[in-house]
Amino acid sequence: MTGTFVGMPAFPEAARAALADTQLRHNLAHATATIRGKRAAVVGEVEDWESLRLAGAAVKDRALRDLDQQLVTLEEQLTARGATVHWARDAAEANAIVADVARAHAVEEVVKVKSMVTQEIGLNEALEAEGIAAWETDLAELIVQLGEDLPSHILVPAIHRNRAEIRDIFRRRMATAGRPAPADLTDEPAVLAAAAREHLREKFLRAKMAVSGANFAVADTGTLVVVESEGNGRMCLTLPEVLVSVVGIEKVVPTWAELDPLLRLLPRSSTGERMNPYTSTWSGVTPGDGPQEVHVVLLDNGRSRALADDVGRQALRCIRCSACLNVCPVYERTGGHAYGSVYPGPIGAILNPLLKGTGVDEQTDALPYASSLCGACFEACPVRIDIPEVLVELRSQVVDSHREDRVPKPETAAMRGAGWMFGDAARWARLGRVSGLVGRVLGRVGGRAGPGGRRTLSRLPGPAAAWTDARDLPAPPRESFRAWWRRTDGRLDEEDQGR
Amino acid sequence: MSARDEILRRVREAVAGLDPDPDPVVAPVGATTADPVAHFAERVADYRAVVVRVVAQGLAQAVAEAIPAGERVVVPPGLAEEVRAGVPEAIVDDGLTAADLDAVDAVVTACRVGIAETGTLVLDHTEDQGRRALTLVPDRHVCVVRADQVVADVPDAVALLDPDRPLTWISGPSATSDIELDRVEGVHGPRQLHVIVVDTEG
Amino acid sequence: MRVALMVTCVNDAMFPGTGAAVVRLLRRLGVEVDFPEAQTCCGQPMVNTGYLDEAVPAVRSFVSAFEGYDAIVTPSGSCAGSARHQHGLVARRSGDAALGMAVAEVSPRTYELSEFLVDVLGVTDVGAYFPHRVTYHPTCHSLRMLGVGDRPQRLLSAVRGLQLTELPAADQCCGFGGTFALKNTDTSVAMGADKARHVAQTGAEVLVAGDNSCLMHVGGLLSRQRSGIRVMHLAEVLAATEDER
Repeated sequence: MTGTFVGMPAFPEAARAALADTQLRHNLAHATATIRGKRAAVVGEVEDWESLRLAGAAVKDRALRDLDQQLVTLEEQLTARGATVHWARDAAEANAIVADVARAHAVEEVVKVKSMVTQEIGLNEALEAEGIAAWETDLAELIVQLGEDLPSHILVPAIHRNRAEIRDIFRRRMATAGRPAPADLTDEPAVLAAAAREHLREKFLRAKMAVSGANFAVADTGTLVVVESEGNGRMCLTLPEVLVSVVGIEKVVPTWAELDPLLRLLPRSSTGERMNPYTSTWSGVTPGDGPQEVHVVLLDNGRSRALADDVGRQALRCIRCSACLNVCPVYERTGGHAYGSVYPGPIGAILNPLLKGTGVDEQTDALPYASSLCGACFEACPVRIDIPEVLVELRSQVVDSHREDRVPKPETAAMRGAGWMFGDAARWARLGRVSGLVGRVLGRVGGRAGPGGRRTLSRLPGPAAAWTDARDLPAPPRESFRAWWRRTDGRLDEEDQGR
Repeated sequence: MSARDEILRRVREAVAGLDPDPDPVVAPVGATTADPVAHFAERVADYRAVVVRVVAQGLAQAVAEAIPAGERVVVPPGLAEEVRAGVPEAIVDDGLTAADLDAVDAVVTACRVGIAETGTLVLDHTEDQGRRALTLVPDRHVCVVRADQVVADVPDAVALLDPDRPLTWISGPSATSDIELDRVEGVHGPRQLHVIVVDTEG
Repeated sequence: MRVALMVTCVNDAMFPGTGAAVVRLLRRLGVEVDFPEAQTCCGQPMVNTGYLDEAVPAVRSFVSAFEGYDAIVTPSGSCAGSARHQHGLVARRSGDAALGMAVAEVSPRTYELSEFLVDVLGVTDVGAYFPHRVTYHPTCHSLRMLGVGDRPQRLLSAVRGLQLTELPAADQCCGFGGTFALKNTDTSVAMGADKARHVAQTGAEVLVAGDNSCLMHVGGLLSRQRSGIRVMHLAEVLAATEDER
């Protein structure tokens, strides 16, 4: 049984708890710095990375512009190659389809390729409710599943765990799920990986049914693509008799040739490798090779809502590489759980509200604000999703969803006041005169002198306390710039102002 | 309304007013290199795979040397005779079960294409490469690449490959970075990748 | 060339010395700069909190104050970014086509100070003297929204007496982020604390940046730690000469 994100507090509160976890902070800082360095090195090798990014973005955009046609083509091509295509409006529908296939084959367990989308729909829990065990086979997913934990990263879901914690989870929990951990298990990553190999091998060899997602779905050839590192994906896609792939409708790539830029962008952006160890592609059923019964579940679950958003649509270009997480200074400090979703980090801050809609729940509405808008994510994104632009748009949607509230929030009142004040320089100047008065008083009696001689304030009441709890604030100057300009026409030395 | 119809209706409404783009995107050309085969060998070795370069006459011996004494070997039914010659004791796959394959130590195959820039082998699982499970379950994969199969970069490979075939792209031994982002070679797929590059000229 | 100073609301109310420094610096370089008094705020605090309607009056003030100038120079990467990249959005939201046209005229002429000095005036040595150890933090909006590149460092390197030390992890956000500093105080402070630590590692006496809002945040943390490191706007360093204390 894995944990659940249901009932998570909103980001600021969840982040506060995460920030207090020193082990987590250390694990994250180490891991993200490592991956950033690797990514920078292999991206630097590519002659014209920017053109490649533009091409990757264009391929995904092209698929989205007439997605209805692309999906019909994909369905036709898959069907022609022996696959059964299902459509699911939402999580419940998708889970029911997978469970039906499992029941039809009377399987008690399925092996799973690492897949974001099956986490998004809560497939493991749904299968468990049907009495079917769903075994995660990716090393990090195994760590999360055995630890009854939650994923905290798109690529490396157990990024919040260090080697010692992983060793302890394997020691304690492997025996409950199958082959126990060896008695002499150490915390060496190679030893831990070997233990996972032994533990999962028996499951691979006996599995009758596998469940996967897909990184890409090529419409004109009916080809699904899974990009991975460990070979657990190959095991699941090859050994069982039955394969069900749950594919978000945004995964479409129009033609086989257009996979090329994406296959060049993804590994370098994701794991910081020139190419990931294994990529598998298959088009329906291959007689005599691999699963002879192949199902594909095309899932909406909010994607058509995101597609309808003129600014937010670009988020559907996402190829789940996690580069934005790895460069995000917020993510690096709070980790993934604070986002309360399987999609954490900058992409999660836009994708969740786009899929679920704004103005529905406060946890989701807090996500677009979980960013300093520094722009590092946009710079790193291989398909050029302008995450800051979408964040600002989503913030405006959150605000707009409350415009009709009978009692406006204090923030709303403050912003309306600011809007009114900044509409007229005379009003703004009046505020400056008041603040200058405060500054003259404080300049004599308040605060203490900081380096450079300016008075600073350390404890302010009311809304300003959010600032001064941790930061000093310079006392207001005795005279605003505009008052000084008016008095001197800008002809005096700074001796006379700026204090 | 069926799920299919409803999803297609929602999608149609969402993209109403957007003009379709009929022409496939032309991506920038890939990397080029003066000596693709040398580049390929170097890039495969970067993944901590073993790479040897031989002339055609030395192929059987190189195959033999790739397999430690006593290891049980399986080969696909269509493997070329000059490769088979290196492993005369090998079992030929005639539909072995997964458990049978698990009891085998090594597999020797050909491949469809090699990609220099990324150090990647691509198998399309035709007769000289065998079905997908064959190169997956045994712990050692010995793969023979002819120099004339090596292309410069990913776009060159995509243009050559047939998506109707199941394809497996292999870049080094199986690996994970799931523990502290420390790369470890060898998880579920073969832990040993041994690549033999056969020079086809001279 | 008619040049206007867009001082920004934060500088107007809290850091008038920065505005005065821009005036003195430009005057020294032979540029007479106007201060159109109709200016208020670029509207960024409202836009970035999601209040687009509330940003419309600020954008109106902006275009009416700055219409007709060849160049608008501002000592803030963030506000220059707001003018160049967000005013169009606000104008579209207002539904006022005339405002949209005015924005299209004015916003491309808005320059952050280092852009204006290097690209428009073509100078990197502005004749400044500042005999101190300095480290420079490239603020996110100047770096990534405007792409000012190494212009500020080139300007600082040409200052006589100034010793520029490299800031570790310089391109990491300091955590101010406007509304973020108040809505997500804990995360903002965690980011700022790391920035302050990196600043302290350089051994610099002065932290310099092109945005006073970011400096207010990092400086507030440095001050709370009694670090003894002062923060200064780039304009104040570039305006400094031997004639001053």
